[in-house]
Amino acid sequence: MARTTRREFMLGEGSGTGSGPQNVHVGVGPAHPAMHGIIRIEAELDGEVIVGAEVEIGYLHRAFEKDCEQGGWNNAIPFTDRLNYVSPLINNFGYASAVEKLLGVDVTERCKYIRVIMSEISRICDHLTCVGASAMELGAFTVFLYMIKAREFLWELVEDVTGARLTISYGRVGGVKADLPDGFAEKTLKALKQTREVLDEVHRLLTGNRIFMDRMVGVGALSREETIGYAITGPLLRAVGVPYDVRRAQPYYVYDRLEFEIPTQKDGDNYARYLVRMAEMEQSMRIVEQALATIPSGPINVDFEGRAIDPAAYVDQGKQGKTEGLLLVPITLSPNLEGQQRAAHRRVNVADKRVVLPPKETAYGSIEGLMNHFMLIMEGYGIRPPAGEAYVAVEGANGELGFYVVSDGSDRPYRVRCRPPCLPPVAALHRMITGEMVADLIPTFGSVNMIGGELDR
Amino acid sequence: MAILAELQRRFGDAIVEIHDHRADHTAVVARDALLAVLAHCRDDVALAFDVLMDLTAVDYLKFPGREDGPRFDVVYHLYSITHNHRLRLKVRVDEDDASVPSVVALWPIANWLEREVWDMFGVRFEGHPDLRRLLMYEEFVGHPLRKDYPISRRQPLIGPAS
Repeated sequence: MARTTRREFMLGEGSGTGSGPQNVHVGVGPAHPAMHGIIRIEAELDGEVIVGAEVEIGYLHRAFEKDCEQGGWNNAIPFTDRLNYVSPLINNFGYASAVEKLLGVDVTERCKYIRVIMSEISRICDHLTCVGASAMELGAFTVFLYMIKAREFLWELVEDVTGARLTISYGRVGGVKADLPDGFAEKTLKALKQTREVLDEVHRLLTGNRIFMDRMVGVGALSREETIGYAITGPLLRAVGVPYDVRRAQPYYVYDRLEFEIPTQKDGDNYARYLVRMAEMEQSMRIVEQALATIPSGPINVDFEGRAIDPAAYVDQGKQGKTEGLLLVPITLSPNLEGQQRAAHRRVNVADKRVVLPPKETAYGSIEGLMNHFMLIMEGYGIRPPAGEAYVAVEGANGELGFYVVSDGSDRPYRVRCRPPCLPPVAALHRMITGEMVADLIPTFGSVNMIGGELDR
Repeated sequence: MAILAELQRRFGDAIVEIHDHRADHTAVVARDALLAVLAHCRDDVALAFDVLMDLTAVDYLKFPGREDGPRFDVVYHLYSITHNHRLRLKVRVDEDDASVPSVVALWPIANWLEREVWDMFGVRFEGHPDLRRLLMYEEFVGHPLRKDYPISRRQPLIGPAS
């Protein structure tokens, strides 16, 4: 038998390769430098063209939905942080809203504004990460560094408010963990100004850049019909010209009072998705600015007089049963409990003892407060929504983030289902990359913005 | 309620139950009529539910009052971009006959969502082109979101035999 030359093998000619051309199967991932997130794409290549692809997920499955059924309703909040870990605040609020809908409670005005502000800051972080990372994969490392710098400004704000950067656990059923810190508005406006400068620089670097456009325009496109058929929402749906945004279509919190636009594009390719995300960041900043200008302060506790008392002395007196008059004494709380003091507590939490933990002074200082605290914390007690089901959708950074919760009337969720916004685009990924060059897999995968945490749950 | 009344008028007994608790329009559909109802929801001009937002299931094994009843609810969340309205359809299936007709022909996203429900609950979808596990690996034993699957159960180790 004649030896097959390299040329014959590569082109599938001659006898050595069997009968005719053969396609090469290339497995990309689950751990691959270009796959930011663990996912496996098995691509079938004919030369450099992808003729078929299969996407495999599940590598980051951590039983989110099962775990939620094990503890109380508020215990699921830390799990929701880890869904979309780039914008965890939106997940917190989405889940809390679903439980609130089940309970039939409405959060306070100020809390709604806080949720809007923090959601929009998270959305900007998410888009910055997505655009920055996909630009980096095309060689524009500068853009990545600039955008991570901007994200850092915003994450500092998140840190100021929540005390953490990534796993923030800031949402609560019936409110939020703590009020906004002093000087938050000024700091935010400054951070937004810096972010705008970065976005401006990035616009000049990327939009219209020949290399960038060659890689992005017309690549990874999906038709309008297929996008809808695959239930894709968010920037990818708006990139094919459908102006669907939960914030506008079915407004929640205070989005119906704020002015913003829904940016859309026509082509549905990677470049259109990039433009939509860039425009959305500007809109999010507009929302934050308006919300900061109009946020109500709510009822503030001013009817206490007298000197402040040391927290240890306060707790001691409470333990000895000397609670009379203690509630009227202001307390200097330790910094990590600061946000839960009475004045802030009333502003950001619903006045419903079945749902929200009492402020720390009340828990330490009065027997009613202590009982209230225990009734919510102890096993077998806690928040008890009436039996029923509810679905709440919020606009996550990647599209519609839905929570479907079922209660059997007990203190634990009977079922928590998260509708992950990035599962539909990944389910359609094989449609986007088939027929493209193998190198186009990278920008397309980047524009999908796959987040393993919410995809695999 | 207009949507639910319209569905009831059109499909009669096939709509087993309706409610709009917390303003979520919900209809429980008989399994035989499921495909017809879903196809009607998608294609009727007045309904035009063009997006299958979510497809999931709930195991009612330990739900008070449902211990003996049909074990699973398969839940469809529909959304219409044209009319901006939502609908939840549910179909009840028993454990020993846990199968539902597949809707992949109506919405391509159902492919993955049905695979996930099969993976997590063990509900089969008749007519699905490729009903494999989605999140778990092939060798996984059981269906983890069932209520009788203990959270602490260990799975046999897989991997090449040493």
